[in-house]
Amino acid sequence: MTTLAPPVQRRSSEQTSAGGRSGPVAWLALPAFLMFAAFGIIPLIGVLVLSFTQWDGIGDIHPAGFDSWTTVLKDPGLVHALWVTFLIMALSWAFQTPLSLLIGVYLATQNRYREILAVIYFVPLLLSSAALAITYKALLDPNFGLGAGLGIPLLQQDWLGRDNLALGVLVFVVSWQFIPFHSLIYQSGVRQIPTAMYEASEIDGAGRVRQFFSITLPQLKYTIITSSTLMVVGSLTFFDLIFVLTAGGPGDATRALALDMYKRGFQANLMGPASVIAVILVLVGLGLALLLRRLGGRDATESQMEGV
Amino acid sequence: MATTLTTTAPDRTTEPRAPHRPVLRGRRRRVNLPAGVAGLIWLAIVLIPLYWILITSLKTQANYFLSNPFTPPTDPTLDNYRMVIEADFVRYFVNSVIVTAGAVIPAVAISFMAAYAIVRAGNRSRFLRAVNSVFLMGLAIPLQAVIIPVYLIIIRLKMYDTLMAIILPSIAFAIPLSVLVLSNFIRDVPRELFESMRMDGASEWGTLRHLAFPLVRPALMTVTIYNGLSIWNGFLLPLILTQSPTQRTLPLALWTFQGQYSINVPAVLASVVLTTLPILALYVVGRRQLVSGLTAGFSK
Repeated sequence: MTTLAPPVQRRSSEQTSAGGRSGPVAWLALPAFLMFAAFGIIPLIGVLVLSFTQWDGIGDIHPAGFDSWTTVLKDPGLVHALWVTFLIMALSWAFQTPLSLLIGVYLATQNRYREILAVIYFVPLLLSSAALAITYKALLDPNFGLGAGLGIPLLQQDWLGRDNLALGVLVFVVSWQFIPFHSLIYQSGVRQIPTAMYEASEIDGAGRVRQFFSITLPQLKYTIITSSTLMVVGSLTFFDLIFVLTAGGPGDATRALALDMYKRGFQANLMGPASVIAVILVLVGLGLALLLRRLGGRDATESQMEGV
Repeated sequence: MATTLTTTAPDRTTEPRAPHRPVLRGRRRRVNLPAGVAGLIWLAIVLIPLYWILITSLKTQANYFLSNPFTPPTDPTLDNYRMVIEADFVRYFVNSVIVTAGAVIPAVAISFMAAYAIVRAGNRSRFLRAVNSVFLMGLAIPLQAVIIPVYLIIIRLKMYDTLMAIILPSIAFAIPLSVLVLSNFIRDVPRELFESMRMDGASEWGTLRHLAFPLVRPALMTVTIYNGLSIWNGFLLPLILTQSPTQRTLPLALWTFQGQYSINVPAVLASVVLTTLPILALYVVGRRQLVSGLTAGFSK
């Protein structure tokens, strides 16, 4: 850090032209670039390379051509993992978006007591996924958990032992953690809607519901796209939570892509096929991000360039 | 955590904002019933599990099975906490502190330097433009997807099963978002200030330290907190890159503790409370920075 831009250069920099000065400044970006290249870019290329090899995680790496690809693509496990990933994505989106939107609109007013609400809403976001999963595992245990303690049969189900229930629990826990985050995004979106629009619509006799659907919702279009992108792309990478909460079970009911990769690579020691899954994960993520960006239309990309 | 953002919200902050606020307050005073109800229901949904964690962690194991889960313990005990601490949690705590501090401080420092360079000379230097687009692309790379090559690199560097193995990739994956957020803030510094620094003969390094650093300090705080939280809570890197109990960080320790004592629900929940306590304490102290940190880059 200290080796960069020695202060001795002070005099000479005065004389050099504007173009010359970019040299020493560019050096400042080098540490971050090297660091990210070493553990971000090279691994990204590496995962593609590894998908054409055979490796057990310990021994030597052997080239294996398309073996891993054909194995994985023929495996019905891949379709299942994709389907589970898609289900978690779609359900958690459908559950979180309306609720975050409502809560975000509600929180948009500056009001002492709503600020206190916001303080509490945020606590789940502070917990690690591991802590969260452990808590819900204990809470939902059919023998020792909430349902058993309260003696309510409806709650006394084998929540994590049945396929659909386990998936539902997963979606709920995700929402429990992330709804506050998305509410906050919507809250700041609502605060940027010009008040004049509401005033004008009031003069025209629009009610609250009409205002919500005709002003708030259309005005929040880009906010919705941002929040949805985060939800959708983020849901691809739920690993900690699924790993600790269900470990992919019961059976393979919650074995999403990221978990599938872990199990193939680090439990079955098949790094080749696991790398194939990782490549698919990247492709699906990029594809979804691009798709959502397209939905956002021209304006969204423009503003994105502005941010660059 | 949802760090894999690819789009930022359209920048509408250029519109005059101040005039809205007072009027907005007046408009919103009318009761918004469905939103209010949703807000309150969600409050209960958030609070009930938190309350349950807390009271259960203070119960004895015997008491836990006998009593109603929602009544507080008649004779609260700290035995569970003692048990957790005796299970070497102090060491795991220290490990987590080392990893978090060891990753966040260098990550924020080098991201700040990079962001400064990108803002100051991004138009002139082809290298900096390339670096910037690499970081933007990096936002879309999930850590899970590259974990296998990272594991390979760590083995080859002979760093497997050390805290350094967690620190290095953590630094790398903190960089893209940090650079994005910080460069947005540095861009807001008036150009004239940089010019006058240059007139006074300050070097770029001097400008960075004496002009950019103080002005961007809130953003640095924000980025530090955001990265700190996600590294503190990180699970995947410790799981894959370490092995021996002495190198465990808190989330991993939680998981193994839970595996060992799954029947002892109060003790497991005490471990959850203990590992969350430091963050909760920070939250109480710096809520504003934390909240802005968590939404950094998304709502700006």
